[in-house]
Amino acid sequence: MGSTDFTWLIGGPQGSGVDSGANIFSKVCAELGYGIFGKREFYSNIKGDHSYFVVRISDEDIHSNVSEVNLMVSFDAETIFRHFNEVSKGGGIIYDSDLVKMTSDEVHTLDEPFKERLHKELKSKNKSFTIAGALEFAKENGVNLYPVSFRELLSNLSEATGNPKLKGLIRLFNVLAVSLSLGLTKTPLEPLIESINSIFSKKPQIAEINIKAANFAYDYAKSKFDTFQYALTGTAKKPDTILVQGHFGTSIGKMVSGCRFQSYYPITPASDESVYLESHELLQIQNDRPGSTIVIQTEDEISAMGMMIGAALTGTRASTSTSGPGFALMAESLGWAGINEVPIVITLYQRSGPSTGLPTRHGQDDLLFAVHAGHGDFPKIVYASGDIEESFYDTGNCFNYADVYQIPVIHMMDKFLSSSIITCKKFDSQKISIDRGLLLDKVNGQYKRFAFTDDGISPRSRLGLDNGVFWNTGDESDEFGHITEDPELRIKMMDKRMSRLDLVIKRIPQIEQVISFGIYDYTIISWGSTKGPILDAISMLKREGINIGFIQIKLIHPFPTEYVKSLLKDTKTIIDIEANYSGQLGKIFKQNITRDIDYFILKYTGRGMTCTEIYDSLKKIVENKANKREVLNHGA
Amino acid sequence: MALKLADYKTEVHNDWCPGCGDFGIVNALQMALAEMGIERDKATIFSGIGCSGKTSHFINTFGVHTLHGRVLTFAQGGKLANPEMTVIAVGGDGDGLGIGAGHFVAAGRRNVDMTYIIFDNGVYGLTKGQASPTLRLGEKTKSLPSPNTNYNVNPIGLAVVSGFTFVARGYSYDVKHLKDLIIKAVNHKGLSFLDVLQPCPTYNDINTRDWYAGIDLAQESMDRHSRIYKLEDTSFDPIVHYDSEKEINEKISQAMMKSLEWGNKIPTGVFYQNETISEYSTRITDKIPNYLENPPAKQKISENGLPTTDVSEILDSLRV
Repeated sequence: MGSTDFTWLIGGPQGSGVDSGANIFSKVCAELGYGIFGKREFYSNIKGDHSYFVVRISDEDIHSNVSEVNLMVSFDAETIFRHFNEVSKGGGIIYDSDLVKMTSDEVHTLDEPFKERLHKELKSKNKSFTIAGALEFAKENGVNLYPVSFRELLSNLSEATGNPKLKGLIRLFNVLAVSLSLGLTKTPLEPLIESINSIFSKKPQIAEINIKAANFAYDYAKSKFDTFQYALTGTAKKPDTILVQGHFGTSIGKMVSGCRFQSYYPITPASDESVYLESHELLQIQNDRPGSTIVIQTEDEISAMGMMIGAALTGTRASTSTSGPGFALMAESLGWAGINEVPIVITLYQRSGPSTGLPTRHGQDDLLFAVHAGHGDFPKIVYASGDIEESFYDTGNCFNYADVYQIPVIHMMDKFLSSSIITCKKFDSQKISIDRGLLLDKVNGQYKRFAFTDDGISPRSRLGLDNGVFWNTGDESDEFGHITEDPELRIKMMDKRMSRLDLVIKRIPQIEQVISFGIYDYTIISWGSTKGPILDAISMLKREGINIGFIQIKLIHPFPTEYVKSLLKDTKTIIDIEANYSGQLGKIFKQNITRDIDYFILKYTGRGMTCTEIYDSLKKIVENKANKREVLNHGA
Repeated sequence: MALKLADYKTEVHNDWCPGCGDFGIVNALQMALAEMGIERDKATIFSGIGCSGKTSHFINTFGVHTLHGRVLTFAQGGKLANPEMTVIAVGGDGDGLGIGAGHFVAAGRRNVDMTYIIFDNGVYGLTKGQASPTLRLGEKTKSLPSPNTNYNVNPIGLAVVSGFTFVARGYSYDVKHLKDLIIKAVNHKGLSFLDVLQPCPTYNDINTRDWYAGIDLAQESMDRHSRIYKLEDTSFDPIVHYDSEKEINEKISQAMMKSLEWGNKIPTGVFYQNETISEYSTRITDKIPNYLENPPAKQKISENGLPTTDVSEILDSLRV
């Protein structure tokens, strides 16, 4: 790693501005040229429960969080109790000195199982069950403490600016916390001011108050706090860098790919995408009149699916975005789209199941479900993105696959991706191509929607196209789309539809199917958002002279059996890493490759993996000290 | 070349039971399309599941035979993406008011400019005669093991309170009247609902063609005895004439009262019509001014295989 690799954590009750605080911090650090990887954790709650944001910054490319925190800033007691033991030696905690006497029992949002563990830990070092106790614990671990009374800070700020209203304005706590952190790390002040201005660009008065508060807290930290070993003074800025949040890849990807209809039902963590699309519903089109995306909030996910299919039948690129529980409701219509060869893209932002599960937490729980969703045999594509940047380009690919193969595509995303914030290279729209396959612009003569052809794909008319009348049915049909129960025709139609699974494997370029990051004796297989922490863990091991291979499987259904087999032919040990209980990719792998997975590294706490914990497990594997199933548990 | 009735018929074999009320509805639909002169490739019939679901295969326009209960969702998606198209959705009463009841209510709230026709026969025919949502409490049609234990849905009333802006009832054996109602429904700006009483000769032995004709009543009186009468033959005025809360509430109330009439006198015709409520495309145009000229299905999204959507403004705002 380069000279800077710094992790900052901010926590507070939900609704107190933890997110915007973290966004300001991330933007400042990105402006200073650092690479950012930030991740948000929150309860299924609107106001009051604990939420926190961990932002890692580095002057090198980073793709994940580490387990240790270098600086934690909190303006409530719960954050201290939950995270004091994550701060590393030489790190620091900025805390509200008005809270030191608070006991764990006074924090009502601390649940019993957590309190039990907390008390046990504090007791082991003879510390009281108070904030003071937790802070002493950290201090003995070599952590620097930076006390500040947030209320006094506000009161002084109110006096200094002659604005009595500021005195009780606890909404400013988040900006104070960020500014104290930046003052302590000797970050230049200007990017902070710019960042606040840009975040509150539509509310100049609020921006002004926040800037005053920021200046005040920044100076306070610089003058009052003891020295801190970490300084964030900036690094060489990489050209064409953007700072993006979780759903931006798929949302902007949909705009560029020409998705013009999105129907959805609200669900965490998928609806952010639809809301974003609606708030950008008017589109600028080169050399043409303005375009638009019609975004419809439906009565349920069944309707979202029906509307999307209806729209897709008119030749419109149409999509929906959902999570596990919503996707479960879509399964019947998915089969309809399959038998009627309708191109649709379902963006599946997974979370932890089963049932409502951990509704705001991460999980890669739905791979097997996506592959098997719907009754009966019909072709579909299941495609998984590994990070936000990739998801932009993959969205383009998914729409092309849908159109070219006339097949439903399920684009696997997850909560880890949706609640991350990263820096990456500016999305390049011109790297997305648009291939509508055999979509017709005109029809001459008699038209058969499901005409038998050499490769099983029929020219596709659309509702409203001149002379292009066709029929659809969820029943088995003839070439026109009328119902049939004829046994011979049934065989031909099933063969026609199912044969495109072979076409998909044959025609989609291998580089879009599987990405190989090197093959060694030990090689990891994985899919989706584990990519980031795996890449970072591999580089940590590489610095110690340990080489671990990694293939990221993106096309999961149909499974690229021969290609994966050829990639792994010389690998001695296969390690499957996934954020679910049962190693779902491992099952698909074994079914297709008939080879056993040697080790599983799994996590199903609902919290994303850090590279540190993957590193630890890989090291155990290499040292032959690991269990066949390594189960990870880091994160509050 | 003007289209004739025959142009709207397909060669698909119709496998409905002899004497089925559905024949009258499909004939009325074809007659209405011919009379309105709607081009075959400018109309789509969406259908649900059940006997009525097959309707789309018998009509020679675009036909989309969807899933049980979901017809309105497919139809709205199609209409919203291609608003130039005439969209008619059809389905049974079990389809629309049982499994699809949630979509029925939600569709009313949107008021998309299309027509929904329910083939209302009180039973689930294709699964051999179970009670449907419009069968009355305590009634026992012939294949029920015991009398119906559920209260009936009032389709007209539900449509009115859900926000449908044209609500009417037809009778499948009065094909000409039904054809006229379909034309009115299609021409209405907004979501139209047509409840069509349709005897199922195989499974509903209560609401039979003879029962609607009032044959049983004829034994008591030699006067006009059909149970069915037309609202337009009375002084009933279903139309909301001006946009005032009082006017709308009055028209809703009288439609509700009328919808409760059953038994020896069953009203058909238009119960309620309100064009003062904005149709969904107007609600979209308020946000997207060129929606109707450049709807999703018409938008050009690429040039020589490359995207033409310009997101540089968004990307610039994310730049650091």
